[in-house]
Amino acid sequence: MTPTPAPGGPVHASSATELSLWYGKFRALDKVSFAINAGEIVSLIGPSGCGKSTLIRCMNRMNDSPTTRTEGRLTVANYDVQSPNTDVLALRRDVGMVFQRPNPLPLSIRENVLFGLKLHARSTPRADQERLMTEAFETVGMWDDVKDKLNDDAESLSLDLRQKLCIARLLPLKPKVLLMDEPCSALDPDGIAAVEELMAELRGHYTQIVVTHNMQQARRVSDRCMFMLMGELVEFTDTDDLFLAPQDERTARYIEGRYG
Amino acid sequence: MNGTDVRTAEQATAASPSPTTVAFADLASRRRTESLAGLVLLGAAALAAIPALAIVGLLIVRGAPALSLEFLFGMPLHGMTAGGIFPAIVGTLWLVGVSLAFAVPVGVLAGIYLSEYAGEGRVARIVDLAIVNLAAVPSIVHALFGLGAFVLFMRLGTSILAGGLTLGVMTLPVIITSTKAALQSVPHSFRLASWNLGVSRWQTIRHIVLPNALPGILTGIILQVSRAAGETAPILFTGAAFYLPILPDDVRMQSMALSMHVYALVTQIPDVPLEMKYGSALVLVGTVVLLNSFATVLRYYLRRNRKW
Repeated sequence: MTPTPAPGGPVHASSATELSLWYGKFRALDKVSFAINAGEIVSLIGPSGCGKSTLIRCMNRMNDSPTTRTEGRLTVANYDVQSPNTDVLALRRDVGMVFQRPNPLPLSIRENVLFGLKLHARSTPRADQERLMTEAFETVGMWDDVKDKLNDDAESLSLDLRQKLCIARLLPLKPKVLLMDEPCSALDPDGIAAVEELMAELRGHYTQIVVTHNMQQARRVSDRCMFMLMGELVEFTDTDDLFLAPQDERTARYIEGRYG
Repeated sequence: MNGTDVRTAEQATAASPSPTTVAFADLASRRRTESLAGLVLLGAAALAAIPALAIVGLLIVRGAPALSLEFLFGMPLHGMTAGGIFPAIVGTLWLVGVSLAFAVPVGVLAGIYLSEYAGEGRVARIVDLAIVNLAAVPSIVHALFGLGAFVLFMRLGTSILAGGLTLGVMTLPVIITSTKAALQSVPHSFRLASWNLGVSRWQTIRHIVLPNALPGILTGIILQVSRAAGETAPILFTGAAFYLPILPDDVRMQSMALSMHVYALVTQIPDVPLEMKYGSALVLVGTVVLLNSFATVLRYYLRRNRKW
């Protein structure tokens, strides 16, 4: 399909042109093209193995391996992602990922959020570090939960606070795009609600690309939704339109729960 | 509607208990087997502990009378049938020190490479195979290698340096393997988290992986300290002197060593008082225990800081 024209203007946070990817001989992405606008929330849905995780892992080069091969063009946050000249470390600084299982670093709560900053901007004055850390925790809405125990192990936090911490630790690096790979699937209903609320809070400030198995969640959180099937991007349109009036027969069958 | 009914009917059949009868085993006999298993396992564990306790006990009973300040810190006298063993203690510390100075940096860096950089490729497999084989080489063969490579080819002569390097080569495989295992036991999700912040591979190793693997790496090194201090064969032709009653102060010198000294007292020299033989062996074991406890305490403090 052709990329949907951006409604808010030409500022694309991310775009792909005929992007294909092979793991060895297996084609995991098949000529995927799209344009994602800065600041919007895009959800990726589709059955297991359809390529949605592959696609977001491409976006900050977490798929790099000697057996992986790509074709086409992928641009994320002004980086020509596939180019061998791209500075992968800078790309990942600007395009961070949140994983299915919260994976705090084996450091204190404070150090988790300052870790990236300390390695990317060693000379940041201590006062600025503290301010950036506080802001990050306030942004994800967990400052009151952690302000009295910043030196505790991050592992001591509850599961949903750990997941929020994993989002918070990206923020001091001033990322442009947040990639989320089923960020709620390890959480209980309260945790899911908290993280979804947070995603709504972050809308407009960061571009968020969310892989989810949960179609209700895709409807709740995303502005636009991509449906993928067997490596192909079948349909990419406003979330409401995709769920209420799918243009493609395969999309319709999937959202009606007839397979997947 | 029809299809739904059929499905319900199928489920009902599958859910009803199967008519096939099952003959359950006699519970009393299983309990007997269970307690017997417990006894056999306890017996095996006890059997393993007996030799260790017997050796230490024997050494203490027979060797303790020989221990004195003069024995520990004196020079051997009268063809080693009297006096002390200080040069052998100092020599062993030198040899172990040199072997660690070589084997720890090389072994740990090689372990890091194999765990974090090499991947599953051909080169990694060949290096792995070489290391496993090196670990299986008998210590006397290491001695011959040390003689050829360090003493003769590199012209180091019979010296603490040559002996220590030979011990180092001998301990290298285990240090590499245990380093690799310790690094690989650090959860991969930590690396993913760090890489996703744009942190480089080396920075991730330096700040996240290595600190969490240190206790495991130390365990491997501890085991090899004992081995380097205890082995006699590798230093036989490469660094150990039979009788050299001076304290070494240079790695180019030869030196006495505890393991070699025990061997000499027991088999080579007539008329050595029995308690001197046992006393020397006791000091060898004591030195190893001391070195090990130091590393164990260090490991304890490192582990306390571990966050997972």
